[in-house]
Amino acid sequence: MKETPLSNCERRFLLRAIEEKKRLDGRQTYDYRNIRISFGTDYGCCMVELGKTRVLGQVSCELVSPKLNRATEGILFFNLELSQMAAPAFEPGRQSDLLVKLNRLLERCLRNSKCIDTESLCVVAGEKVWQIRVDLHLLNHDGNIIDAASIAAIVALCHFRRPDVSVQGDEITLYTPEERDPVPLSIHHMPICVSFAFFQQGTYLLVDPNEREERVMDGLLVIAMNKHREICTIQSSGGIMLLKDQVLRCSKITGVKVAEITELILKALENDQKVRKEGGKFGFAESIANQRITAFKMEKAPIDTSDVEEKAEEIIAEAEPPSEVVSTPVLWTPGTAQIGEGVENSWGDLEDSEKEDDEGGGDEAIILDSIKMDTGVEVSDIGSQEMVFHHVGQAGLELLTSDAPIILSDSEEEEMIILEPDKNPKKIRTQTTSAKQEKAPSKKPVKRRKKKRAAN
Amino acid sequence: MAGPVSVAAEYLAGSRARAARTVLGQVVLPGEELLLPEQEDAEGPGGAGERPLSLNAGARSRVRVVCGPGLRRCGDRLLVTKCGRLRHKEPGSGSGGGVYWVDSQQKRYVPVKGDHVIGIVTAKSGDIFKVDVGGSEPASLSYLSFEGATKRNRPNVQVGDLIYGQFVVANKDMEPEMVCIDSCGRANGMGVIGQDGLLFKVTLGLIRKLLAPDCEIIQEVGKLYPLEIVFGMNGRIWVKAKTIQQTLILANILEACEHMTSDQRKQIFSRLAES
Repeated sequence: MKETPLSNCERRFLLRAIEEKKRLDGRQTYDYRNIRISFGTDYGCCMVELGKTRVLGQVSCELVSPKLNRATEGILFFNLELSQMAAPAFEPGRQSDLLVKLNRLLERCLRNSKCIDTESLCVVAGEKVWQIRVDLHLLNHDGNIIDAASIAAIVALCHFRRPDVSVQGDEITLYTPEERDPVPLSIHHMPICVSFAFFQQGTYLLVDPNEREERVMDGLLVIAMNKHREICTIQSSGGIMLLKDQVLRCSKITGVKVAEITELILKALENDQKVRKEGGKFGFAESIANQRITAFKMEKAPIDTSDVEEKAEEIIAEAEPPSEVVSTPVLWTPGTAQIGEGVENSWGDLEDSEKEDDEGGGDEAIILDSIKMDTGVEVSDIGSQEMVFHHVGQAGLELLTSDAPIILSDSEEEEMIILEPDKNPKKIRTQTTSAKQEKAPSKKPVKRRKKKRAAN
Repeated sequence: MAGPVSVAAEYLAGSRARAARTVLGQVVLPGEELLLPEQEDAEGPGGAGERPLSLNAGARSRVRVVCGPGLRRCGDRLLVTKCGRLRHKEPGSGSGGGVYWVDSQQKRYVPVKGDHVIGIVTAKSGDIFKVDVGGSEPASLSYLSFEGATKRNRPNVQVGDLIYGQFVVANKDMEPEMVCIDSCGRANGMGVIGQDGLLFKVTLGLIRKLLAPDCEIIQEVGKLYPLEIVFGMNGRIWVKAKTIQQTLILANILEACEHMTSDQRKQIFSRLAES
């Protein structure tokens, strides 16, 4: 499928919002989205979620003969794939440009920085070395693939354990995981990529752009750094001119971000290690919360409504004072009147407590019952109209509000009380004005309500 | 939630058609067959062997039942083609057996005739515009399908503009066609959507929920700020409020409404109304 085109309206809105320093999801300019790292049951399998962008990383190893000119070094192989489920625009033949660019960047970041000690991967010089293969799959594209991919790659490499090997003379023994515990790879440092998106020819910059922001950006700067503040690779694309101090500022920001992310990674690795050692349950199945149907969760975005306050105050200051509200008393019978609405009835808990809020169970029932007693009219709770397309996110909480039919008798001697079923039932009290008599509602309603429940 | 699904699984093992009436509101799975009310009597216990012979065999009343989305007619029965909850609507006036349909959730839109959608103009070629509606093919929109458009008086539509229109042709064999006028020739709200504002995408189920006749969410949102909203059945919503901040708040609220209970929603609205 072709990529959804960006409408003029969105582009204009996004650029204006960026000029006002506002992002679509309420983040600040230098804020990252929430990073979530979860591990699978195998060593070397991990999934990284950067907001909604998801990358799955898997590391595997194999014994092979080394390259001819590098007889004592192991082989590293990186591969990032853009799965078709990531975005409708990703088709088997179509994503070549983006794919090549991402793969090159990832290789430079991880291979050229020598983060993994390849000498330690050598088993028999010139004959057998370990080939480590890192496969990354993009599962969902919501912007900033490169950051998520680099985090996934390094986490998977840190998590991975290769089988233990011992060499005695000419004999090489490869131990299975049952015989000897597998051995972690020797990793010197953890390079992590941080992306900066530039807008309006370099005037505004955003860290960790999401998919909409990536569509309207002018250029992208990616800096890969480790926590020792060593830059592993820098790439600027899009053809924007950046000033020296802009690049320096970005590198400072990168230092801060990488420190935070590295801490997060180490904590995640430690947690997983602890769970495995204690024999607890681990794996992807455990990382998905139970009792939750939806896969995506909206994080609480702190909404800054500060200038809404000012605007609201302006409007209030200029507006006229509100008119006085005079509550009209409702005359039920000679000698009995009602002003306003009573307190919420505590009997309301007896009725189904699952009913929706605008269907308050208790009160109307009492008033209506006592009014209707003499006229012999059956009234049931006037529920709200059944919501035709009502989706509720929790498991199984579908509410079907039953509307029992309202039977009005034909006798002309009785007062006709017309109830409008589509209005809020709480207003019924003020609408039903022409009641014949009303007895004290204390005793009778108890009986009535029990009858009703039996009938229901 | 385990209840209906386990019943469905049992059913599939037994592979006997169930009466549609008993399954209302429960989860149905693709491949299930449902019996309409008129057939239940014939298929009761005892089956064909004990059907009473009636003299006027052809006088059984035939009720016209409409098959909605997710259901297909299969002989005398209804065949479920999507998983979701089975719904039924009684006929408004007298005849007919009402409508049955399956409430399912998805994000990918399939053009349906009569749906009002928001499209993005991708190309102008001669007399027609190509409009992306989120389906597998771009829809075609003739420049004469706007209110008051003539050969001399062309509408002012640029590539990248947002259009609100409805489908007149939408089936799996042809490319969809849309228009921006109704059958009387009036725009009726359709046409080019103004500049500014924010377009965002949500699931199709949320749109149907928001467009339900007495949706509380829309009423509550309307009380917050003055705003303009356009809902497209293809999952696209266009919002515009006075400031960018308000527009962003609205967009986030509408996206989040899908996963919030009504209590949480009321909390958020009351907090926003205070500030």
